Amino acid sequence: MLIRFFLMLREAGVPVSLTEFLSLLEALKQGVAGYSIEDFYFLARTVLVKDERHYDRFDRVFAAHFKGVEQAFAALAATPIPADWLRRQAELWLSPEERAKVEALGGFEALMKTLAERLAEQRGRHQGGNKWVGTAGRSPFGAYGYNPEGVRVGQDGSRQRSAVKVWDRREFRNLDDSVEIGTRNVKLALRRLRRFAREGAAQELDLGGTIDATARNAGWLDLKLVPERHNAIKVLLFLDVGGSMDEHVRVCEELFTAARSEFKHLEYYYFHNFVYETVWKDNRRRHAERIPTLEVMRTYAPDYRLVIVGDATMGPYEIVQPGGSVEHWNDEPGAAWIERLRRHYPRHAWLNPEPEERWEYVPSIGIARELLEGRMFPLTLAGIDRAMRALNGR
Amino acid sequence: MPPAHDTPAPRFGGTERYIATADLSMAVNAAITLARPLLIKGEPGTGKTQLAEEVARSLGRPLLEWHIKSTTKAQQGLYEYDAVSRLRDSQLGDARVHDIGNYIVRGKLWEAFASDEQPVLLIDEIDKADIEFPNDLLRELDRMEFYVYETRELVRARHRPIILITSNNEKELPDAFLRRCFFHYIRFPDADTMSQIIEVHFPGLKPELLKEALGAFYALREVPGLKKKPSTSELLDWLKLLLAEDIPPEALRSADGKAAIPPLYGALLKNEQDVHLFEQLVFMNRRTSR
Repeated sequence: MLIRFFLMLREAGVPVSLTEFLSLLEALKQGVAGYSIEDFYFLARTVLVKDERHYDRFDRVFAAHFKGVEQAFAALAATPIPADWLRRQAELWLSPEERAKVEALGGFEALMKTLAERLAEQRGRHQGGNKWVGTAGRSPFGAYGYNPEGVRVGQDGSRQRSAVKVWDRREFRNLDDSVEIGTRNVKLALRRLRRFAREGAAQELDLGGTIDATARNAGWLDLKLVPERHNAIKVLLFLDVGGSMDEHVRVCEELFTAARSEFKHLEYYYFHNFVYETVWKDNRRRHAERIPTLEVMRTYAPDYRLVIVGDATMGPYEIVQPGGSVEHWNDEPGAAWIERLRRHYPRHAWLNPEPEERWEYVPSIGIARELLEGRMFPLTLAGIDRAMRALNGR
Repeated sequence: MPPAHDTPAPRFGGTERYIATADLSMAVNAAITLARPLLIKGEPGTGKTQLAEEVARSLGRPLLEWHIKSTTKAQQGLYEYDAVSRLRDSQLGDARVHDIGNYIVRGKLWEAFASDEQPVLLIDEIDKADIEFPNDLLRELDRMEFYVYETRELVRARHRPIILITSNNEKELPDAFLRRCFFHYIRFPDADTMSQIIEVHFPGLKPELLKEALGAFYALREVPGLKKKPSTSELLDWLKLLLAEDIPPEALRSADGKAAIPPLYGALLKNEQDVHLFEQLVFMNRRTSR
């Protein structure tokens, strides 16, 4: 029973190893936990989870494993789009020919309108098929299915990684593994950004200078001191979270961790897919506590270097059209906001975790690159190198 | 495996000065029973460092504290070879110079290993050190032994110490290190736990004052955009000030329902930008409610 729990944890992305599992068994044998489920929960969490970021995942697996999967299909009619419709029931894998047969329905507005109509028509859970909103179907609406111009409704993780999506997802996934960036080599690259400004009182022994001066002094000791190093670089970091970034969150977190120990002034904000009029600081409360982008620009002077991390993979509407955001109504298109940021922060760069070879196949990346006038770089060692060079110039 | 204690492992459940929640006690007890290091994280001011003191006190064990700075090396926790003293002594013709053992200075870890009874060892703020620091301690924490090259001596723990490690999350710790530790994240206490904590520190506090103070405190924590949210230790300081100044509970609440600035809020907000932001918010709030 516990082995299944262990495997479920690994599946859910909690990095547990065999050693830790054995520790848990040993602790149980020694009777640390007593016989209540709550004790066992605390014990298992202490032994198996090593990072508070994984607590939530652990809780979900624990609940699923020990309470049994909850009856999901109750209370169907309560809300207009119950999330359980979209619970995965089956997976649909079409051959390339079949995929080609799946027709796009038309433009953005048409999709939204049809969705509203169809939701009004439909009553009840639906799965498979070509028209109704549900799971694993070929209708443009719903989740876990396949339609290139589909609108995603209430899916847990983004399966196709884009509401209006790119085709060849599986290739992307394979390439993702070849992006070999760990905390340590990101650190190396980020050092480029360091500019050591020597300021302050002379505190550090200058060994070379001392030897030199002593030699010139015919062997009498002559100590030379230099000021301590201070890192003068200020960085403003914008991170894309959620949606199509799910797979890249790990890489970005590593970059972020490395960055945090590298600069004296580092401010970070989150956004989703593209920068609009608000950003947020705390991802758990992103809907409650939004900070106007204008305020961010007022607070941090243009001497900050702006680094945006995002895959820029989204529907082109989300960049160029007012109201194109998938989360809220935006009066001005994302393009206007990125332009504003670019003007305020002359030294800026966009780091894109998507492999560079794929960029030309994703229209939204093309648009973003145009807006940035080429200041988009891949999230690889070489790419970061180039980005840092661009940030230091001008 | 080095000898484990034959007697049943002692259990920790908080002390009269320290309120430990059920999950925290479980984490500490698991670490004691299996003799693994326990890594503690949490917001600053939630009593991470204090935990070690209280564990040592309640178990009646000696406490050894090793405070980590950005310049601390793992080797310093084991031992240091004081070559400079030896050089000086050799110039002066001191006889001690022939025994290199005279110049080996024991570190905290060695002290813990050599202790007569099982000690509690606190490694405080491990994230302050260099990124390689935890990796350099892997074998020492795992096998509880290390080798002194200068004297060709193997130092082994007589009793596996209870090791508590705190981190403020400034650096990511390596996986290999985490595998060897148990982990607990001290969550910010909810209002009930907080009342218990306050009762421990200020027994017999007037209930009205407590209620108003807690209300003002949690409201302040909810202010978006604060650089440093006030934590338990700041709340305790603030209460101490309120008591010292003998401020009545009514002063914490504005009679007409308008937002009030809590008195002596300098004890809660430690950052001038935060104070400024807060004053601005209160000001705006007043204007809109007028």
